[in-house]
Amino acid sequence: MSNRKINWYKYAAPANFYPLAGKMIPWFAVLTALLFIAGLYVGFFVAPTDFQQGEAYRIIFIHVPAAWMGMFLYVLMAIYAGVGWAFNARLASMMATAISTTGAIFTFISLVTGSLWGRPAWGVWWVWDARLTSTLILMFLYIGFISLQASIDDPRRADRAGAVLALVGVINVPIIYFSVQWWNSLHQGATLTARSFKMAPSMLAAMLILLAACWMYSITVVLVRVRYIIRERERESPWLAEAIA
Amino acid sequence: MNWSKFFWMGGYGLYVWGSYGVTFILLGGEVLMLLKRKRDLAHRESPREFGERSSQLENSFQEIQ
Repeated sequence: MSNRKINWYKYAAPANFYPLAGKMIPWFAVLTALLFIAGLYVGFFVAPTDFQQGEAYRIIFIHVPAAWMGMFLYVLMAIYAGVGWAFNARLASMMATAISTTGAIFTFISLVTGSLWGRPAWGVWWVWDARLTSTLILMFLYIGFISLQASIDDPRRADRAGAVLALVGVINVPIIYFSVQWWNSLHQGATLTARSFKMAPSMLAAMLILLAACWMYSITVVLVRVRYIIRERERESPWLAEAIA
Repeated sequence: MNWSKFFWMGGYGLYVWGSYGVTFILLGGEVLMLLKRKRDLAHRESPREFGERSSQLENSFQEIQ
């Protein structure tokens, strides 16, 4: 039995993380493609027509994963930003910045697909109920984070300012999640709980496969972006010239 | 496989394909923005015509994308 332990802290240094991320990206990219193909196939060719909503319900396969990604990525972004601030860890802050764009895009997708589903299902494009409003607030938090960081020239000050905003805003995510329990809401209640699911298995399968696809996509894109951020911010570092040769 | 039925989606084609269309346009756009960022980086890092490295082209908004 070898005594060799992996020093995980080594990867907190941009110089070491950069090549590791580079090796990971192709794997996640392939998984992304495979899972999207599989999920869309099950969603459109295996899952049956819904009794109440007909074919319109198929929007669920992208709407729910996008909404979950928007929420999960915000929490992840806040954690990275907090760690970057508390431990003065540059790479963690770079990860927060890298995540922000992807999270914002998924949140926007969830709002648009939700609206396009609301029109046939409820008859309206929008209501000011708790879940939709708090998701819109999530969208504004992302835009705020991105704009705030863009407006500050010094990178570490930008990191810290973003961290404050991200951490203050994180309370919004459980509000979105529990809103359908706490308030009367037009939006549907929780279909998936820890104990049961109230959907046909093929519908659940399509949704979970596409959720996995969105995760793989997010990891791929965030790793690509954080490498560019590293290259931009570590411009002056000697290791960089060799790494990108 | 009845393709016209597939695109019609029981009358909800606009909503369903609109949703998936917006999704893939936005995700595709994100990937394109990353490709552009890569090109801009390569351009910035390459030695200039007269051997001068130009690091003045800092666009801090672009760096966030």
